[in-house]
Amino acid sequence: MNSVILQLAAKYLKWLFIVFAVLALIRGHNSPGGGFIGGLMAGLAIVYNGFAYDTFRIKERLQNFPEWLIAGGLFVIVLSFFPSLLLGETIMSGVWLKISLPLVGELKLGSPLLFDIGVFFTVIGVTLMFIFSLTQKR
Amino acid sequence: MEIVLAIVVGILYTAGVYLMLRRSILKFIIGLIFMSNATNLLVFLSAGLVSGSPVFVDGEKINAEVMADPLPQALVLTAIVIGLGIVVFTLALKYKFFELTGTDDLDQLKKTDN
Amino acid sequence: MITLVALPILIPFVLIIGMLVCRSDKLARWLGPVASGLLLLLTVVLFVFVQKHGVLAIQMGGWEAPFGITLVVDYLSALMLVVSAIILFVIAVYALNFLPDSININRFFIFFFGLAMGMNGAFVTGDVFNLFVWFEVMLMSSFVLITMGRSKDQLEGGIKYLALNLVGSLLFLAGVGLLYGKTGTLNMAHLAEILKNDDQAILMNTSAVLFFIAFGIKAAVFPLYFWLPASYHTPNITISSLFAGLLTKVGVYTFIRFFTLFFVHDPQFWHQILLVVAGFTMVAGGLAAAAHYETRRILSYHIISQIGYMIMGLGIFTPLAIAGAIFFTLHNMIAKTNTFLVSGMINKARGTFELKEIGGLFKESPLTAILFMIPAFALAGVPPISGFFAKFILIKAGIENGNYVITAVAIFTAMLTLYSMIKIWNEAFLKKQPGNGNPGRSYSFSFAEYFPSVLLGIVSILMGIFAMYVFGYTMEAANQLINPDLYIETVLKGIKL
Repeated sequence: MNSVILQLAAKYLKWLFIVFAVLALIRGHNSPGGGFIGGLMAGLAIVYNGFAYDTFRIKERLQNFPEWLIAGGLFVIVLSFFPSLLLGETIMSGVWLKISLPLVGELKLGSPLLFDIGVFFTVIGVTLMFIFSLTQKR
Repeated sequence: MEIVLAIVVGILYTAGVYLMLRRSILKFIIGLIFMSNATNLLVFLSAGLVSGSPVFVDGEKINAEVMADPLPQALVLTAIVIGLGIVVFTLALKYKFFELTGTDDLDQLKKTDN
Repeated sequence: MITLVALPILIPFVLIIGMLVCRSDKLARWLGPVASGLLLLLTVVLFVFVQKHGVLAIQMGGWEAPFGITLVVDYLSALMLVVSAIILFVIAVYALNFLPDSININRFFIFFFGLAMGMNGAFVTGDVFNLFVWFEVMLMSSFVLITMGRSKDQLEGGIKYLALNLVGSLLFLAGVGLLYGKTGTLNMAHLAEILKNDDQAILMNTSAVLFFIAFGIKAAVFPLYFWLPASYHTPNITISSLFAGLLTKVGVYTFIRFFTLFFVHDPQFWHQILLVVAGFTMVAGGLAAAAHYETRRILSYHIISQIGYMIMGLGIFTPLAIAGAIFFTLHNMIAKTNTFLVSGMINKARGTFELKEIGGLFKESPLTAILFMIPAFALAGVPPISGFFAKFILIKAGIENGNYVITAVAIFTAMLTLYSMIKIWNEAFLKKQPGNGNPGRSYSFSFAEYFPSVLLGIVSILMGIFAMYVFGYTMEAANQLINPDLYIETVLKGIKL
């Protein structure tokens, strides 16, 4: 497809997608959102770009990128197991760290968030892999 | 509302089974999607429908008796993800098979049977 | 220390990441066998722990039992873990020599460990939905493995394999939904406790039927097995033997777990059905195996016929019979994989799986012949090797409990087994090479190529010689299954180590 409107829209919309994806990721724990939904949105940003230009070209440019994303995401997931292990609790227990920041207010960081970030990257990678595996040269 | 959704589940299963029994592989995959959606809806219905009482709302205390059951929703989310992966894999497989043989006819798949 | 229970899942998971990052074939060649050896060691340690404590349970994420996901290891799980780890290790070594160049070995090991992760998860989990997830992990890996190499036959077999297994998964999920709708819990121990004192438990039959069909498809029992012979002979022999040893047995494991732990409300109906299905499975598989002349097809049908024995043990439902079923499963995993490994060696020596085109292997390579003889005798049930004791226990349990018909069928199928094993033996090893009597090529195996089969053969023989101990363990497992109080208590109350 070669549509100027779509291409122009994609240029700006993809950042909007990514911003919302990160938002969904961060608010995830007790509210709607989370790593999976955020990941799908962020993956869509790239896919949308691909629809506007040429998915195959993007596939060629990104090459092994999806696999790296998956590997990195899974690695972060494994990292998120360690805080609970180091504290001697059951594996995968949530460990929370509360930080008070001057402007933002109280920030809750924890191993579930780390887990979500891992899921986020894995899902982006998987989405891209899905789309790319069904793409062919035009 | 539950009765309507139950009927929808039935219709989806019927459509899914019908499509799965067709000869085309693509129709088979569409049937698979129908059946997987019907199953997801069934799991979702398993705790009953509760309107207006979402599960986790920060800062408000809601009586657990009237709250929607979160577990089936979590299960359905997982099941949807798995279903998505499987459908994509099936499509990719079908695509490769079509590239290799140029056929979409399940009746042609008799070589490995006996 | 209790985290040990989660390690059979975590180790393959970490390995998958490692292999995704370092896409080096050289590394995969080392890491695959070494890591599966490590997994074997770990499962043995787990087994020792289970012997000491009875049942080990861990609540993931610290959520209390009926709410969170529980991982439980009891005797049955521990035994299955150990034996499947042996097979994983053996196949990892076997893959180094028998995987063709067209398959990237790094990619193979990624999905190999994916399969291992799903399988170990299925053995370890104590939650019905979690079991579904592990099943899917296992299936996804096996889908990729079965189509690896992408020949026309493989894609065709893959589509058949995929189609029936996906329908099975969907029925499984529907069963989970109905189960949750009726009981409000998915924790297996909690389910058992609820259904024990429920006079409406008969209503569970709807979801039990769905589970029965789903597991029936996974375990390849009589009317639902058609995906297995249509697909198992298509991929490379390494992958075939991996599947032959492991996949269907996970289905059998879930059968045993579900129908001893909580679907025990309607014994007459279910045990009758299980016995009928078992009988037909045995005979149908055995007869089809007798009709074929391609080693992989014979052995594929043979898997089905052997599944019947395991289901038969479950259907008789005395402690002895269940012990026999578990013994048979363990023995069969090892012997069955070994026959596939040897058929791969035959293929390497002669370049074909067709029995009519090969012959004279006994003269050429006596060790291969002996290596085939051990699992063949084990499967047929010749005394000092493992299969004899497995069949003996099952038949003894059948006669004691008065299930004469199924016992007769089991003995008849043993003949069929012997027949198809003798057929392979005669055709491949004893008869002269057809054609001009001159084998197309001769091939001498190196030690590394013999090693996997030798190892499995030794395990088979040891299981026969020390059958007393193995039987003791399986009896212990059966007792835990028949009286699940310890299991329920450990999961719901929690023990501190």
